[in-house]
Amino acid sequence: MLDAAKKKELSIIATKIRMAAIEGTYHAKSGHPGGSLSIADLLSVLYFSHMKVDPSNPFWPQRDRLVLSKGHSAPALYGALALKGYFPVEEMSRLRQVGSHLQGHPDMKGTPGVDMTTGSLGQGVSAAVGMALAGKLDNADYRVYAILGDGEIEEGQVWEAAMFASHKKLDNLCLIVDNNNLQIDGTVEEVNSPYPIVEKFAAFGFNVLTIDGHDLEQIENALNQAKECKGKPTVIVQRSVKGKGVSFMENQVGWHGVAPNQEQYTLAMNELKEQLARLEEAK
Amino acid sequence: MAEAVKKATRDAYGETLVALGAEYPDLVVLDADLAGATKTGMFRKAYPDRFFNCGIAEQNLMGVAAGLAASGKKVFASTFAMFAAGRAFEQIRNSIGYPHLPVKIGATHAGISVGEDGATHQCCEDIALMRTIPGMTIINPADAVEAEKAIRAVVDFNGPVYMRFGRMAVPVIFDDSHKFEIGKGVQLKEGNDVTIIATGLMVNEALIAAEQLKNEGISARVINMVTIKPIDREIIIKAARETGAIVTAEEHSIIGGLGGAVAETVCETVPVPVLRVGVEDTFGKSGPAAEVLKVFGLTAENIIAKAKQAVSLKK
Repeated sequence: MLDAAKKKELSIIATKIRMAAIEGTYHAKSGHPGGSLSIADLLSVLYFSHMKVDPSNPFWPQRDRLVLSKGHSAPALYGALALKGYFPVEEMSRLRQVGSHLQGHPDMKGTPGVDMTTGSLGQGVSAAVGMALAGKLDNADYRVYAILGDGEIEEGQVWEAAMFASHKKLDNLCLIVDNNNLQIDGTVEEVNSPYPIVEKFAAFGFNVLTIDGHDLEQIENALNQAKECKGKPTVIVQRSVKGKGVSFMENQVGWHGVAPNQEQYTLAMNELKEQLARLEEAK
Repeated sequence: MAEAVKKATRDAYGETLVALGAEYPDLVVLDADLAGATKTGMFRKAYPDRFFNCGIAEQNLMGVAAGLAASGKKVFASTFAMFAAGRAFEQIRNSIGYPHLPVKIGATHAGISVGEDGATHQCCEDIALMRTIPGMTIINPADAVEAEKAIRAVVDFNGPVYMRFGRMAVPVIFDDSHKFEIGKGVQLKEGNDVTIIATGLMVNEALIAAEQLKNEGISARVINMVTIKPIDREIIIKAARETGAIVTAEEHSIIGGLGGAVAETVCETVPVPVLRVGVEDTFGKSGPAAEVLKVFGLTAENIIAKAKQAVSLKK
């Protein structure tokens, strides 16, 4: 359960993650705002309520790990890491620039706080499985989270990884599928339907939870339930809205991988600033 | 020559993993349902808690290896060369190579000496594929002794390594005094007229060829290029300068492997004729390994012919 103060804090952070993602993609004139905005609430709860990490010691062996398997949503991850204190938020304006440590897709060797290099879909989840396996070998109590896209689970490797994670009873692993229903070429049903997602993961031996990915309380509760589940890995299928928080980007497939122009940037930032002001004023 | 003791490099792989397992409690081994063939089954037997069978799922295997390495484990990831370098190329490139994670890929059944299984399993492209990955080290031992020394040398090496092992038992040509150093070629025979640079099971053929060439009045230098990346430029340049002609020999496509690496080095430094012995841009065929090697020209005879041709091309 989240108390009112925590909920307010997490809502504010989620909005700031969205602002960072818009800031970054605007300055980069490229990047993926849609899928970044759909995981902002999730990242807020993960990094600011749930995960055991230490920004002053990014390689702390006992830390919880997060693998952004849908690596194209890096702008949101960078926003969360910056707000957590891994690097200054101002660096968001250098996203995707030559010489910047904020690469187009996450680079564990370049960016403090990034636990795995990702971007080629389907691969991050296997690395997360490897980390969870290492945790079991070491009897460590850290947890490993991996965020996947719903389009991403069309990749066969995801199911190789799922089969293995279940076979090895990796209950320290929690996958989150960001089910915003859109991929580059259209809705996921139009392109190559991954549905039914819940039944598929259940058949692979997962503890499956479904939530509204923009309800902080539900995210918090699901992450807690995942922690309590023993003997099998958990997947949280979060229904979400691609572009969430910026009205003209919401549920628009065209905002998968296109940056806002100056006018759109101003509109988006004004909307987010208004949301932020409302949240900060709220009791 | 007396009949040499024969042993497959994959056997040395399995035995060395077992030995290292005792020395390194953090060493883990992954396989993809080929533990009997790759010889990681020996490790599984000795250290069942540190052996993970990923099943027939090589893409996931490489990713799991990356995750384990990112968590501080010393990881050996094994399957056939075809399914490591081939099927899981992009996983090796993006999840292991790009983050420069110290995963040691033990790829067995490389080349056409797989024999009877035929073309689908005879991987002659792996060195070429792995060479293009920045920061990848590629090691192709000539015999079981060198395989053991190489495996021991890479266990603490802080970067990804692709190690290539064979199915077929091959003559043991080195004794325990043999020194292995990552990135260093080894001159096995002095010579002035031509240099044979060989790798893997072709090193033995190169030694045989050099003996016969000597009888015909041609003095052939023999270099064992056990590390193909980073290639030992120094030893190649010296050979080009001092012998003026080079023949490469490898159980791999003539495109992009040892021959490619040597030709690139020579062209950019001391341009001299470089002729390549290898699989000539074709797929393999089924048959007993020794016969298949002959059919594809991976023989001392072919090296001799190419050496004579190379000498004739000298200015």
